[in-house]
Amino acid sequence: MTVEANDPGMSIAAGGGTSFRPLLEWLARRAEPVAIGLVAILIGMALFSIFILVIGKSPVTLFQLMYTGGFGSWFSIQNSLSRAAPLLLTALCVALPARLGLVIIGGEGAVVLGGVAAAAIVLPFVGTVPPILLFVFMGLAAMLVGGIWIGLAGFLRHYRGVNETISSLLLAYIAIALMNQFVEGPLRDPASLNKPSTKPLPAEYMMGDIPGMDVHWGLVIGVVACIASWALIELTSYGFAARISGGNVRAAQIQGLPVGKLIAGFTAVAGSFAGLAGMIEVAAVQGSANASLAAGYGYTGILVAFLARHNPLAIIPVAILLGGIDASGGLIQRRMGLPDATVLVLQGTLFVVILFCETFYGRFRIFNPDLWKRSQ
Amino acid sequence: MEETGIGIWGVPLAIFAGAIRVSTPFIFVSLGETITERSGRINLGLEGTLVFGAMTAYAVAVLTGSPWLGVLAAMATGSVFGVIHGWICKFPKVNDIAIGIAMMQFGLGLAFFLGKPFIQPAAPKLPSIPLGGWSTVPQVQAALNINVLFFLGAALALFLFWAFRNTRIGLILRVVGDSTDAARAMGINPDTVRLLATAAGGSLAAIGGAYLSLYYPGSWNEGISSGQGLMAVALVIFARWNPIGCFLAALLFGGAGALGPALQSIGVTQGYYLFYAAPYLLTLIILIVTSSPTRSLTGAPGALSLTK
Repeated sequence: MTVEANDPGMSIAAGGGTSFRPLLEWLARRAEPVAIGLVAILIGMALFSIFILVIGKSPVTLFQLMYTGGFGSWFSIQNSLSRAAPLLLTALCVALPARLGLVIIGGEGAVVLGGVAAAAIVLPFVGTVPPILLFVFMGLAAMLVGGIWIGLAGFLRHYRGVNETISSLLLAYIAIALMNQFVEGPLRDPASLNKPSTKPLPAEYMMGDIPGMDVHWGLVIGVVACIASWALIELTSYGFAARISGGNVRAAQIQGLPVGKLIAGFTAVAGSFAGLAGMIEVAAVQGSANASLAAGYGYTGILVAFLARHNPLAIIPVAILLGGIDASGGLIQRRMGLPDATVLVLQGTLFVVILFCETFYGRFRIFNPDLWKRSQ
Repeated sequence: MEETGIGIWGVPLAIFAGAIRVSTPFIFVSLGETITERSGRINLGLEGTLVFGAMTAYAVAVLTGSPWLGVLAAMATGSVFGVIHGWICKFPKVNDIAIGIAMMQFGLGLAFFLGKPFIQPAAPKLPSIPLGGWSTVPQVQAALNINVLFFLGAALALFLFWAFRNTRIGLILRVVGDSTDAARAMGINPDTVRLLATAAGGSLAAIGGAYLSLYYPGSWNEGISSGQGLMAVALVIFARWNPIGCFLAALLFGGAGALGPALQSIGVTQGYYLFYAAPYLLTLIILIVTSSPTRSLTGAPGALSLTK
């Protein structure tokens, strides 16, 4: 490992004054994921560069364009942030249940049904209530439906022993079929010919942008959701109980923790976040519910959550990084004549390498807080 | 409808034909996943392997003119994906489910990237065997025009069912899958067995992809797979890790999927899109009915992370 936040020399220097020790311990603990993550990204970029060299293009140009397209200008930063917004919420749909030891991969279903619910609930209210109240209705409807959908996977897991990974995946396919039925059938706007959609929201009922930015409010909602989830896991007794259950279910049950309720509750909260992502797609991007809701946010969210090691705060930078890679796809396609799948290859390479590097946790003494505790 | 003279009988016939046509990729992918999971590891990345296999098979078939060379090439790339997955997962603290999802993304990206030039040209198709010559009804003839790979898949299911029980390799695979420690005590290297099992699973999944691009629907594009690789994982659990069960589950799944189009052909269009959910709903209901919160699934390999 080349990136090390602390060098051993410092500990000797600080050895006399005990006041530095807690800081060093804290740094050692925090530096491990950052250092391993950065090195993993470098290895992934190196492997991807080899691939780009093999097909006869310049990796340097590619990474320069990627930076320009993702973060090089205020315009591209805003583009990246817009793309990150739904990923924040769908990643939470994976990360929260993961703290209980559950692997939920069907967030896509909650996104899709949340979007449909949001689009459906506005129909009787358009023109009669102020937009802000309508957003509350839309958000609540989407969260309720998304929460029920993923909560069902959690419920089935605990009370019926059905594997939650598989049931959530099946539920996602069922959700997409339900969406198609609603959008083609009872909720279809007769004016939408080529792409069946629900009736579009009037312009004044669109969610709009954060003042001073060309980024919709979904980003704020996503960041708030991440911070709230972090607080739920780290600061509340529910989060504490969930972490115990995630570590050892039997121990949690012997302690008398309500494991079933925790699982149902956490999966429902997780699903409601994914549902909210669907509502934002409808209220801030699409303007109506249609097949574009199933754009794969649910599946990309799985990777964001795993890369963030299911830490809700780490989800924020990871989602923005992925949003940036995604945003740069068009520029790379235009300037270098590479297929739009180039960014998918890079993402895939990075994911594999970063997850592979999980194996390095705990292998380096430098990151062991005990090393810094010991008196010289 | 009236002219063909089979009327309402078109529905079961269409379901039968659809079951055979749609199920073939599911048979191969789920048999591949069964081999991998029987060794105690789960590869959730078969969707990527399948799509990459579809692309490879199509590209090689276009370039060489031989669909069978395409299938072989797909098998080779599929086993490479399996080897990568198997090698990475042997390291401690690496989550096989997460690596699977990442490999899926990688495989899809690479397939779309390399497959771009092959969307236009037409590839030769895999041959099928016309078994409906005795009938004069065109629908019956079409329904009985069955691809060779379907029969190969059926034979493979029978073979694997026999081989898991009666061969040394089958025994080794099951020991590794049920207990890593027991395998080590017997002098078997569990990591090597799992690597080979994942490679075998990958090459079978790639055959499923080759069927998609070289027979039905018989073209290469980025939407070639509708989640066959992901669904295979559900089918394997549904089939309780039994190869013959996989074959039957794939048929049931294919038949349920053909229900919507079949009913539409006789004029039932109400809830058309809901019928797309039929196979998934059916799988979910059977899983709910057969699962129990107090005992693990019968037939589940003991070392499998999915069922712990």
